[in-house]
Amino acid sequence: MRALERKLFRDFFRLWAQGLAIALVLACGVSIFLMSFGMFLALTDTRDAYYERNRFADVFASLRRAPKSLIPEIEAIEGVYAVEARVSGSAILDLPGKVESAVGQLISLPVSGPPALNVPLLRSGRPPDPQAPDEVMVNEPFAEANGYVPGDIFHANLNGSRRPLTITGTALSPEFIYTIGPGDMMPDAEGFGILWMSEPALAAAFDMDGAFNDVTLKLSRDANIEEVIDTLDALLDPYGAQGAYGRDQQVSNAFIDGELRQLQSMAYVLPPVFFGITVFLVNMVIGRIVALERAEIGLMKAIGYSDVEVCLHYLALAGLIAAVGIGAGFALGSWFAHWLAVLYANFFNFPYLIFSVSADAYVIAGGLGAATAAIGAIRAALAAARLPPAVAMAPPAPPNYKQSLFDRLLALARLSQPTIMILRNIVRWPLRAGLTSLGLALAVAVLVASAFFEDALDEMIDAAFYKSNRQDAMLILTDEVRDTALAEVARLPGALQVEGAQYYGAVLRSGHREKRVSVEGRPEAADLVRIVDADGRVIGAPRDGVLLSKRLAGQLEVGPGDPVTIEFLGGRRETHEVPVAGIVTQYLGLAAYMETGTLNRLMRQAPRITVANLTLDPAERDAFHMAVKDIPGLAGTVMLGDTLEAFQDTIEQNITISTIIYVAIAVLITVGVTYNSVRIQLSERARDLASLRILGFTTGEVSYILIGETALLVLFAQPLGWFLGTMLAAAMVAGFESDLYTIPLVLNRDTFTWASCVVLAASAGAALIVGRRLNTLNLIEVMKTRE
Amino acid sequence: MANQTQSPQIVFRTEGVTKVYDTGEVKVFALAGVDLQLYAGELTVLLGPSGSGKSTLLNILGGLDHATEGRVWFKDIELTKMGDRQLTRFRREYVGFIFQFYNLVASLSARENVALVTDIAPNPMTPEQALDIVGLSHRLDHFPAELSGGEQQRVAIARAIAKRPEVLLCDEPTGALDSKTGVQVLEALDRINREFGTTTAVITHAAEIRKMAHRVIRFQDGHINAVEVNETRVAPHEIEW
Ligand SMILES: Nc1ncnc2c1ncn2[C@@H]1O[C@H](COP(=O)(O)OP(=O)(O)O)[C@@H](O)[C@H]1O
Ligand SMILES: [Mg+2]
Repeated sequence: MRALERKLFRDFFRLWAQGLAIALVLACGVSIFLMSFGMFLALTDTRDAYYERNRFADVFASLRRAPKSLIPEIEAIEGVYAVEARVSGSAILDLPGKVESAVGQLISLPVSGPPALNVPLLRSGRPPDPQAPDEVMVNEPFAEANGYVPGDIFHANLNGSRRPLTITGTALSPEFIYTIGPGDMMPDAEGFGILWMSEPALAAAFDMDGAFNDVTLKLSRDANIEEVIDTLDALLDPYGAQGAYGRDQQVSNAFIDGELRQLQSMAYVLPPVFFGITVFLVNMVIGRIVALERAEIGLMKAIGYSDVEVCLHYLALAGLIAAVGIGAGFALGSWFAHWLAVLYANFFNFPYLIFSVSADAYVIAGGLGAATAAIGAIRAALAAARLPPAVAMAPPAPPNYKQSLFDRLLALARLSQPTIMILRNIVRWPLRAGLTSLGLALAVAVLVASAFFEDALDEMIDAAFYKSNRQDAMLILTDEVRDTALAEVARLPGALQVEGAQYYGAVLRSGHREKRVSVEGRPEAADLVRIVDADGRVIGAPRDGVLLSKRLAGQLEVGPGDPVTIEFLGGRRETHEVPVAGIVTQYLGLAAYMETGTLNRLMRQAPRITVANLTLDPAERDAFHMAVKDIPGLAGTVMLGDTLEAFQDTIEQNITISTIIYVAIAVLITVGVTYNSVRIQLSERARDLASLRILGFTTGEVSYILIGETALLVLFAQPLGWFLGTMLAAAMVAGFESDLYTIPLVLNRDTFTWASCVVLAASAGAALIVGRRLNTLNLIEVMKTRE
Repeated sequence: MANQTQSPQIVFRTEGVTKVYDTGEVKVFALAGVDLQLYAGELTVLLGPSGSGKSTLLNILGGLDHATEGRVWFKDIELTKMGDRQLTRFRREYVGFIFQFYNLVASLSARENVALVTDIAPNPMTPEQALDIVGLSHRLDHFPAELSGGEQQRVAIARAIAKRPEVLLCDEPTGALDSKTGVQVLEALDRINREFGTTTAVITHAAEIRKMAHRVIRFQDGHINAVEVNETRVAPHEIEW
């Protein structure tokens, strides 16, 4: 090894603490980028491959009932490549040994063999025999959650008749990567299953012989999806069509899209923060080293090293720090990615579990890390290269402190000499002081933004479960029925309070803007399920128009009083124009509400319901569940207590893990910035401080000068951090906002206090580590060395 | 040109070299027109009070700095026509420097400090040989902090001679040393001058040291005041200051 390389490694090991502090900050950036970007690529690739192989459809539509003779007409639509017409239905399942009922979504399998689209991937056993009336294949997660193997039997209420069904096999499908039951907030593999049944058997059970009620299309490459959907809607219109939609509104796909968007915004937002701080720290440290090694740089040039070699020498020092950071970032990032993959495995059902991060992601993450260090070091390295050797050999001129207005102010303020030293130094290096504060402020901001998230979810849960949805159970009906049915629901065992609601699929339009949502009809004075505004105000369903959620109103660009047209997709498929009665801020879904009487008058029909909400006597829960299993025309039940519990469990786990990660990140940033800042203060002022010690200042007084400046900058950083944290939280809210949910911006004083406490504690710790060196400062040595 | 064959070969020659430092408020004439010759194989001492321009001149000769005006030749090569890149090559191949404050790299051992030069020079001796010449064979793996001032300066000398330079430029090599250790350093320089015939220039403001030189150049306010040739030279260990 050449002597210059030895110097490089020795300098690097001598600087290990500072280098490590920087490397860890860089590692954060690299690892988060690696995880989010790597997972983004992996998830995209895995999904695309699965879709391709199992022929996931492009367009989906359901309808009431259409004859099979319509299929050739669908096939003839321009741009349609393949058509799969199916029978689908839902059923309440009675699982052996379980009190609670489960919900099954039934899908027909053609007699001739596997379907043309959305091909289920067999995981065990075999598909149902086309001739057997009581055989089903179930989705693998449902089988696993309930401990089923081929041969097991459970009961289902198929269109009013209770039948035993034999499981012949298990499968996965690209349609159900994310499987969520009707009315559920979280996937519940135990309580919601997909059941594939042979077409003749399913058609017989649902009176669909020679007919279909569900169709999916694959389009040719150059097809115009909007046109195909319009043509299909027109074609299916007479058959009770619900309106066709593309992949963007297919539930499973939409959830994965949402996750991908989050990964993407994470990759764009967080790593730049770390890279920025790394640039600053590298710049500060290499700059200091070049200043310290002025004479050595002069010497290297005097003995014939070229400017390029000198420049590379200092770049290489930053390169070694980057290498450690990138290495740690790779290790950490791979681990994060693995953790995320395990988390995804809970939510997403892919047939292959390999979410491996591609080599590309490593190359890009490593390249970004190296570029970051290079950018940070280049200024100082170029300064070293440009330093004329004759100047380098001479001792540096003393820093250029000049009398200024500021000094006169200091004199007037009658501050102590140490305080004056601190303030002068800040004013002398304003950029460095500013960037130090900014770095620390970012640590505060990261904590504010992560703590905010927890508060926001609490607020969402409170609004969704304790303020709005106060029912214990929700019975979802297959078809709308007269509201007199509520009297029957009230007679169910344990039922205390009963309330009906109506949900209709509809397209809302204003000008050229349109959105497919469900319009909810509910009593004006509904008590179980209430419409609650963000400020806690209860709003009655309007009699004179439609109440829109804020996001929906925003998408349609309408305000109170503006007209919107509603095209109902069910029933008579009528279109009505109604005014916007008001706007309500809600966190979940895209809602449109009308008072049930008004809604039914609009549709010229007697009051109806599609959902019954009720509260239950806890003592009679089991009897209630038993009774529900035999009710005909029930598409599903949702037990809200169970949903809430599952939701909170999942969230709590994730919040704990992410809080640990964010605190670690903030502490790393704080320690990285504080340690380097104080360490450089010590290096720059060792002689001054030693002189003061010789003059009789105590270690405490000298420590005050050393740490005071950084302490002052830490304090400056707090309000700045609160501000940046608020901005960051707002950016996260905007980034995560989707049609499924909106995260409220909840910031309270505890959040700010907590963030500041963590950062203050971490910086105090880092400063003390350097401060300890003051006690061991060898006064004679410091004074003797020439600088 | 005609008498070049009789007198020793000229290694360095300058013509009207000036160096002006423009600090904004005042112009400092560090060199105010210097004409000099340094001859092959000779040990020349540059004497003069502090601030008289000795270091400035030495830096220009060694290609560390540019003259404001005038011309400088190393043998037939005109240094004042060279760019920074060529000067770097020139230093790498021909010049050995020794400074008052040793300028050792603190994180490298004695051997490695010398290797810093042997790594890049075209025809170097080994670091061990160079350190042996200055009498430091027993200190090869010591770091600068573990060496005395005189030893550090001798490492610096070893580093300067390890490339077998044509010229050795020493700026107050004994300036930071007491007279006894200073003598050891001067002896090393003297020995190198004798054994290798290396053209050597030594700056000092200790007048006694002039006695060991072939030639003495006296400086005053950026000018050459006088040039003397010593008929007899005194060995370093007989000098005291
Ligand atoms: N970089 C510089 N800027 C301004 N003046 C300088 C600089 N370097 C040297 N000088 C001035 O040039 C003069 C000669 O300096 P120098 O050659 O170092 O003298 P010597 O080595 O004989 O003591 C001095 O007056 C000194 O102050
Ligand atoms: Mg000098």
